[in-house]
Amino acid sequence: MMRRIIAKLLKSSASDNSLNGAKNDDIVSPGKIIWKRFRRNRIAIVGSVVLLVLIVLAILAPVIAPYERDAIELARREQAPSSEHLFGTDRQGRDLFTRVLYGGRISLSVGLVASSLQMVIGVILGCLAGYYGKWIDTIIMRITDMVIAFPFLALAITAAAILGPSIYNTMLIIGLLTWTETCRLVRGQFLSIKQMEYIEAAKATGASEFRIVWRHMLPNAWAPVLISATLIMATAILVEAALSYLGLGVQAPIPSWGNILEPARSMVVLMNMWWLWLPPGFLIFISVLSINLVGDGLRDALDPRLKN
Amino acid sequence: MKQYIVRRFLQMIPTLLGTTFIVFVIINMAPGSPLSHMVDPTISAEAIERRREQLGLDRPLLQRYGSWLVEAVQGNLGYSTRYRGRLVTDIIQTRLGPTIILTFSSIIVSFILAVPIGVISATRQYSALDYSVVVSAIAGVSIPVFFLGIVLIYLFGFQLGWLPVGGMAAAGVRHPTWLSYAADVARHLVLPLVTLTAANTARFVRFTRSSMLEVIRQDYVRTARAKGLSERVVIYRHALRNALLPVVTILGLSLPFLFSGAVITEAVFAWPGMGTLLIESVSLRDYGLLMGINLFLAVLVIIGNLLADIFYSVVDPRIRYD
Repeated sequence: MMRRIIAKLLKSSASDNSLNGAKNDDIVSPGKIIWKRFRRNRIAIVGSVVLLVLIVLAILAPVIAPYERDAIELARREQAPSSEHLFGTDRQGRDLFTRVLYGGRISLSVGLVASSLQMVIGVILGCLAGYYGKWIDTIIMRITDMVIAFPFLALAITAAAILGPSIYNTMLIIGLLTWTETCRLVRGQFLSIKQMEYIEAAKATGASEFRIVWRHMLPNAWAPVLISATLIMATAILVEAALSYLGLGVQAPIPSWGNILEPARSMVVLMNMWWLWLPPGFLIFISVLSINLVGDGLRDALDPRLKN
Repeated sequence: MKQYIVRRFLQMIPTLLGTTFIVFVIINMAPGSPLSHMVDPTISAEAIERRREQLGLDRPLLQRYGSWLVEAVQGNLGYSTRYRGRLVTDIIQTRLGPTIILTFSSIIVSFILAVPIGVISATRQYSALDYSVVVSAIAGVSIPVFFLGIVLIYLFGFQLGWLPVGGMAAAGVRHPTWLSYAADVARHLVLPLVTLTAANTARFVRFTRSSMLEVIRQDYVRTARAKGLSERVVIYRHALRNALLPVVTILGLSLPFLFSGAVITEAVFAWPGMGTLLIESVSLRDYGLLMGINLFLAVLVIIGNLLADIFYSVVDPRIRYD
């Protein structure tokens, strides 16, 4: 009932606007403001374009790749880049250009899944802590403080080695170790809006707790949560690469940018087969850099303190 | 102040309990029993079962964690299975030094580099210089540590041959004085230090810059300028002091990153510290050692945090801990 009335009121004010001669284009929605600010940030735009190219390459890997992903051809092993094998071949004679393309799929999706996982954990815990407060808040914040102080790579290495290295364990471990920032963001936001009148109004209309949290409180936190999820995705890609480089992340024959580099742990490979580590390492760098640039651009665009 | 330090030490306890318990649980999720890695496969199953009972491996998880804890509190972290019979604490003791040398020098170097860069960049906001500082700082945090290490080894160790690429001192060389030994270690330290410091410096530059940007817009800075103070005095005596406060906090908070980076750096350069030890004991499933390493790394992070907080109170006289 209430909602219908408000909707009607909103509608009528909108039509008032149009009566006053304002065209639809002139209405400045928050999205438009953000996009306008983001667009002005040239580095962030460059980052988005590069990231987009990398994503398209990863999606189209099966179409572009000139060879089978795992095709072993021992007669052609350890070849330097040539017109036939753009990035050369690895120690088993697999085409590295193909593997780097497929590796992008794995590395980017591990980053995406791990970051989504931490977002879910962080949002749920942050909601619980911020909405209910009291002892629930105390417990959750204690746990958060604890996880923040973890030497997380050491723990990730221990866990990965013992649970058995795999793509899924890598995603799980990274997700379970990185949710703290999201949790704090959501909790902080909730603490500041919990006492506001519109929440009280929502309660008065008999809205369920879930509805209040989901429809009325969480929308305030989405922007910072998404920004931090972007930046955590960059971290997740770095952690996955490090774990895979150490042989504790994604396992061959499935290629990831990190595990293509694994043979470079041997000095002989490092010194004599630069094509084995340079392209995947560079791609990790470029993709993490572009994600960070996009995340930073988003933060600048959404940060109300920078409003002119 | 004393009271504050005592309280902070008490607050360390839950963190340490949490960390060790989680590691304990993870280790217990390992398939197979620790015994299966140690005993001769020809020994009968009953004998193994008896040994399991003797060692208390059949007891519930919490009970076993309890007994580990009771011993750990008394300074006994048990034995390593890899280095037969050697105490975990002894092994860690020999590896602690290299890790502290690497991380501590990294903090100092990155701080010395980052503060001036951040300040100069902030005082010339939107200049070409500022722009390139901002971009290279983001690039700095985006480089995978191991990749940077590999590139440095390739360039400076292999192509140019300027610096040693592995270990902490030249093997098999006897040094007549400790000074020549220190010089050797320093040469070995250069590449790992650069590798570890790049990301740290980048992180500190970003914080110094943004913190400085906030401070130089404040009224008291304008007042200082209006008094006719030179720009140098305004920036370095008046603004920088306040701008550094949040940076010191970040210094404490970035310790987990620092140690994570150190683990990879050590692995790449075979630097004989805790990180290398971790990788070794992980592949050999040396559970006692794994527990010990994680515990010690957690302790290092927490002590570092505490030091940063104490340092904070020194730089900011407004802070009173009571």
